[in-house]
Amino acid sequence: MTVTEDRAATGAPEKEVGKPRRRKEDARLITGRTLWTDNLVLPGLLHMSVVRSPVAHARITGIDVSAAQQAPGVLAVLTGRDLADEQGSLPCAWPVTPDMVNPGAPAVAVDQVNHVGEAVAVVVARSRAAAADALELVDVDYEPLPPVLDMEAALAEGADLVHPGTASNRSYHWVFDGGEAGTAADTEQAFADAEVVVSRRFVQQRLIPAFMEPRSVVVQPQGDNYTVWSATQVPHILRLMLSMVTGIPEHKVKVIAPDVGGGFGGKLQVTPEEVLTLLAARRVGRPVKWTETRSESLMSAHHGRDQIQYIDIAADREGNVKGLRCRILADMGAYLRLITPGVPVLGAFMFIGIYKFPAYRFECDGVFTTKTPTDAYRGAGRPEATFAIERIMDELAVELGMDPLEVRRKNWIRAEEFPFTTAAGLEYDSGDYEAATQKALELIGYDELRAEQRRRRESGDPVQLGIGFSTFTEMCGIAPSRVLGSLSYGAGGWEQASIRMLPTGKVEVVTGTSPHGQGHETAWSQIVADQLGVPFEDVEVLHGDTAVSARGLDTYGSRSLVVGGVAVVKAAEKVVAKARRVAAHLLEASEDDLDFAGGSFSVRGTPGTSVSIQEVSLACFTSHNFPEGMEPSIDAEATFDPENFSFPHGTHICAAEVDTETGRVTIRKYACVDDIGEIVNPLIVEGQVHGGLAQGIAQALYEEAVYDADGNLTTGTFVDYLVPSAADLPHFDTGNTVSPALANPLGAKGVGEAGTIASTPAVVNAALDAVRHLGVTDIRMPLTPERVWRALQGGGDGGDRATAGTTAYGGAQTETTAGVSTPQSSLGGDR
Amino acid sequence: MTQISVRVDGVTYADDVEPRTLLVNYLREQVGKVGTVVGCDTSNCGACTVLLDGVAVKSCTVLAVQADEAEVTTIEGVAAPDGTLHPLQRAFHELHGLQCGFCTPGMIMASIDLLRDHPDPSETEIREGIEGNLCRCTGYQNIVRAVQHAAGEMSGRARSDGPASDRSASPADVDTAAAPHAVVRA
Ligand code: FES
Ligand code: FES
Repeated sequence: MTVTEDRAATGAPEKEVGKPRRRKEDARLITGRTLWTDNLVLPGLLHMSVVRSPVAHARITGIDVSAAQQAPGVLAVLTGRDLADEQGSLPCAWPVTPDMVNPGAPAVAVDQVNHVGEAVAVVVARSRAAAADALELVDVDYEPLPPVLDMEAALAEGADLVHPGTASNRSYHWVFDGGEAGTAADTEQAFADAEVVVSRRFVQQRLIPAFMEPRSVVVQPQGDNYTVWSATQVPHILRLMLSMVTGIPEHKVKVIAPDVGGGFGGKLQVTPEEVLTLLAARRVGRPVKWTETRSESLMSAHHGRDQIQYIDIAADREGNVKGLRCRILADMGAYLRLITPGVPVLGAFMFIGIYKFPAYRFECDGVFTTKTPTDAYRGAGRPEATFAIERIMDELAVELGMDPLEVRRKNWIRAEEFPFTTAAGLEYDSGDYEAATQKALELIGYDELRAEQRRRRESGDPVQLGIGFSTFTEMCGIAPSRVLGSLSYGAGGWEQASIRMLPTGKVEVVTGTSPHGQGHETAWSQIVADQLGVPFEDVEVLHGDTAVSARGLDTYGSRSLVVGGVAVVKAAEKVVAKARRVAAHLLEASEDDLDFAGGSFSVRGTPGTSVSIQEVSLACFTSHNFPEGMEPSIDAEATFDPENFSFPHGTHICAAEVDTETGRVTIRKYACVDDIGEIVNPLIVEGQVHGGLAQGIAQALYEEAVYDADGNLTTGTFVDYLVPSAADLPHFDTGNTVSPALANPLGAKGVGEAGTIASTPAVVNAALDAVRHLGVTDIRMPLTPERVWRALQGGGDGGDRATAGTTAYGGAQTETTAGVSTPQSSLGGDR
Repeated sequence: MTQISVRVDGVTYADDVEPRTLLVNYLREQVGKVGTVVGCDTSNCGACTVLLDGVAVKSCTVLAVQADEAEVTTIEGVAAPDGTLHPLQRAFHELHGLQCGFCTPGMIMASIDLLRDHPDPSETEIREGIEGNLCRCTGYQNIVRAVQHAAGEMSGRARSDGPASDRSASPADVDTAAAPHAVVRA
């Protein structure tokens, strides 16, 4: 590879942490030398395809596989009946209440299908094409059941049931009451006493994570051992769960996440197809690969968001908030996947945001519908919470005739009040909301924009300008294990790292995190370079293979740096402590007299006597001259369990233009200042913020998974589900303030989800600010031109989106050249 | 089966293909060019973009038989034979224009085509020029910077003379990768 970087030729090594190091990962990615799971070819490899339900809700009355079985190249056709005794139930690791209803989730349907796209059979064949061809030959008889699509109707008395044998479509009812928990005052009383109460109903539309690399699984059986390659965020969790689901002993299963092309929570899952590929490989005794098509992915990989939120805020006339009450309906979809029920619970503590609410109550119903299951999508619960609070703060400001920033400022926690325990019982460690806000106002050029807004309003310009705020915080760095336990989560939140010192002085770092775009190989190298005083280039980071990285809890919830990175620091500290003992022996000095700096141990006050950590490493290898009673190794491992979450925060400001004639919303300027604590690599941080913003803005303006009245997903391709292109997104002006986290030695807070969590309400608030004077009080997300136009014409929130025909989009697309075309017509703006 | 002869990244291949085989599947499964990837089934994502006789195409919209007697360049063939990276590859690396990297081969191939037609593109021209290529990770900003930076390098121009309304990748961007990223210590 020719991607190299010069090291600064200075004497004392520069600190690596804080440098915008170009990424080590890039070398293979920019040259096409990547190991995506689908690239993998093994001797005798077979291909699996999945027969999927075309109906939302039906009993399976018969499956005829005979024609498929006779098709050329087909080795096996397996139905739910065939696999019923060995497939177990897909795991749900988060029973949020003791009486939560979990009807179980078969990897392949046996008697009944409960959403479009659910697996009903699999075909294993010699080639991908043969497996796909044979799908058509599997004949399934369905006896239709009524679809259950609307959450509120699903909870009504006498509603059709998704799952037979359940008492209702409610999976659980989960409550956090600050008064009862002793973390806040009585909410009912606060509302009874309030001078002002504002109530709103917000809809968090259903979204699709839409990672760019489609999911793919390869399973190689070798005797009673199975090696599973999967495009997953969670190889460690997957290994454990595959073992628990199938009964194959854990030590007989090895999982490898090779290069993984994005996840965003969408690959934080134990999928039906992972189980099915494993079972199929076991049946046929040969390696089997399954790679999904994009349409399969959009239809059957888990979705995100999908909540109806009833939010009440109480305040006095001066704008001091007195209480917050949230009632949430959360669509589980047809089944409870890995953390489906827990997603709203992750948000439950964040509805109060950065504000000093004296009273707080949250309750949530998890509801079954005949749709694709929901689960984590970037932010998982916290974007929903942030949207609700940042929208309702604007509504309160409007009600009181106050400036939206003024209302926020009046109520937010001031810098000198940290650490601050909130009405939800969380202790926010550090932050400075005023500093971030000031910086963001400067970045966006606030006063000029307000002046322009006035001019446009006065002149009745058809294009109106609005400015929207989101002063957000989030809890991340999942998580203190004890807290997860108290929330009934099925696992801990620690992370593991080990460091191996090689005889040549090079360093291997094994991490339990599982990056899929986040640049851990680079950032962890920077951390270790500082800790051990070795060159950045001399560090190799190993991850994603459970045989190499035996323990870990993987990557999600902005946890990798603040938990996994800290584990690396702790392991390095142990290496240095061991090396110190060896160095003292080699230098014939006392350990206490040694200084360690720049990778060398030296005897204090005795210039010229020193030994490098590389020399110590070699001394360990030979072990010829080693301290008495010490094992000849300075390798070390560490497991870190944080004491607290971390609480990044920031101020996001969006300036949006609304064309009142067409309804089109265009982001004119977007500025954000995030406080994510200390920064290890500003380049990677900036990239995470950009990508997060894109996804949060996409929720506000573009994306929505739409089902028709029969329960068909009508946004099942990239033609209809609008992942924004470069032309659909603005330039971002980003900045940081730094309030170091107190819960970890890196002082870092986590950045993976911040942009997504913060941006959505800023955009919606901006659009509303542009048209409020025209009588618009709310617009349902995504703010398509059609919805905005309808809201402008007739009031209301713009209503449901049309389920067919996609001219409602604001993006620069609506058509495709699907299928085969000539080279001349096959590139460029054809989306 | 149809016999085709295709030159891929400088090597000639003679192969039998099914008439329905898409170029991308031929490249991946028969030629072993797995650097080119498939991201969708509706020709929306651009992940599969390659150069066909020098022109960028989405290789999932072209039949392998249509590439008979043609020259195909994939991401694996854009660096010089001695391994020197293409300016766009370098720029994506320098300006952090990729995260997971799944869209990157297609982005780079589409950008090669864009810069051939527009050697000095504005930000808007770049955004519109790569609009057929989806990226879920980066929010595109650093991709835009990378293309601008490569354009400057390829034409040997300093990039400070761009239209005022468009932001170009100034050396400051390149050095700190953070401008106009501002940091305040609280
Ligand atoms: S795979 Fe060719 S455009 Fe998506
Ligand atoms: S870098 Fe991941 S999709 Fe573009």
